[in-house]
Amino acid sequence: MSNALFNALLELGDDHLILGHRVSEWCGHAPLLEEDLAMPNMALDNIGASRNLYTYAGEVEGKGRDEDQLAYLRMDREYKNCLLVERPNEDFAHTMLRQLYFAAFMEPYWQAALSSTDETIRGIAGKAVKEMAYHIRHAGEWVIRLGDGTTESAERMKAAVVEMTPYVEELFVMSDDAKACAEQGILPDREALRTQWGQTISNIFDQALLELPDVKFPQLGGRIGHHGEEMGFLLAQLQYVQRAYPGMSW
Amino acid sequence: MDQLHPSDKPRDAIAQKAWDAASVVPDPEVPCVNVAELGILRDVKMIDGKAVAYVTPTYTGCPAVLAIELAIEVALREAGFDAKIERVISPAWTTDWISDVGREKLRAYGIAPPVNGSNSKLALFGETIVACPQCGSEHTEKLSEFGSTACKAQYRCKDCLEPFDYFKCI
Repeated sequence: MSNALFNALLELGDDHLILGHRVSEWCGHAPLLEEDLAMPNMALDNIGASRNLYTYAGEVEGKGRDEDQLAYLRMDREYKNCLLVERPNEDFAHTMLRQLYFAAFMEPYWQAALSSTDETIRGIAGKAVKEMAYHIRHAGEWVIRLGDGTTESAERMKAAVVEMTPYVEELFVMSDDAKACAEQGILPDREALRTQWGQTISNIFDQALLELPDVKFPQLGGRIGHHGEEMGFLLAQLQYVQRAYPGMSW
Repeated sequence: MDQLHPSDKPRDAIAQKAWDAASVVPDPEVPCVNVAELGILRDVKMIDGKAVAYVTPTYTGCPAVLAIELAIEVALREAGFDAKIERVISPAWTTDWISDVGREKLRAYGIAPPVNGSNSKLALFGETIVACPQCGSEHTEKLSEFGSTACKAQYRCKDCLEPFDYFKCI
C-alpha cells in the first residue's frame, strides 16, 4: 500500500509542481499589472500544494527523501505529471484555458478528498479546495472575456480549445496506484469527476461562445513518464540550481 | 476544529509562560497582528521538557511560513525554553480563526478584515459587502482578486477614494 500511495502522491505532486512552474513563467510578462500579481500568486498555490504532497510522499516512502529531493533530483522519465500541465504557455488564451481545465478537475477532486480516510490528505484538501475555486473563477472570467471578445481574441481562444482539449482525458485516467488508493478511501476516484468537470466547463463555454470538441484520440503518457519535448526544457530550468550546486540548501 | 480559541485554552504555569512568549511574535507580512490573533499558532505544549509549538500555514504556498516558524522558535529560546516547531496542516486554517481582537487590529491598520463564515462558497464568491477600513463606507469596489500578498485582494472605497487591502475570506 505504501508504494501505491507514494506513486499516487507523486502523480498529484508533479501535476502541481509542473503547472506551478509554467504559471510562474508569466511573472513579469503578464499583459497587465493585475495579472502580473495574480499569476505568481496562483503559481504559489500550486507549488505550495506540491510541497505538501512531496513531503508526505517522502514520509510514506520512508527512505529519507524530502520535498527538494523529489522536486529537483529525479530524471524526466520519473515525473508522473499529466501532459496537460507541461504544455507551453503560448498566449494568454492557452494559459487561461489550461488553468480552467486543471482547476475544474482539481476543485471537485479536493472536495471529494475532504472525506478521505487519511488525515494528511484531508488537511491538504481543506486548503487546496478553496484555492482551486478561486482559480476556476479567475480563469473562467478570462475564457469568457476572450471567447466573447474581439475577432482576434475569439480566434485565439478557439485555437487553444482545439490544441488543449485532447490533453484533458489524462486527468480522469486511473493508474493502478491511484486505483489502490481509491479502494482504500485514501484518494478520490478520478473517473467519478467527469460530470462535475463537464458542468463547470459547459457553464463557462456557453457564456464564452465556445464549443467543447469531441476528442477521438486523447493524448496520454505523462503518468508513465512519457513526456513531450518541452518537458526537458522545463526541467532544465527547474533543476538548474540543484544540478549546478548539488545538495545546496537555503 | 477546537471551539476554544487557542489563547483561551487552560494551561499549567510553565506551558502558559511558553504560550505567552510564542504568541506575541508578529506576522512578518501583517505586523500589526501576532501569530495567536491570526490563529496560526494553534497551541504550545510542554513535552519531555521541550516547548512544542504547533503552527499552521494560512495559505498552501504562504512564503512567510518558514520565517514565522523561525521567529517562534527564537522567541521560545529567548524565554529559556528548549523549543520545537510542529507544522500542522489538518484541520486547515480558516479566516474564522482570526480572533476579534485581531480583526479590530487589522481594521485599524488599514486592512479590511475577512467576513465570517468562510466555509460556505457564498462567502467566497457571493456579493459580500466589504467596508472601507478608513471611513467605514460600504460603497466599495474590488480592483483585483490578488493584492500585495496571496491572502489579500485589492479594493477601493468609492466615497473616500482610498484603495485598501481586503483579507480574503477562506
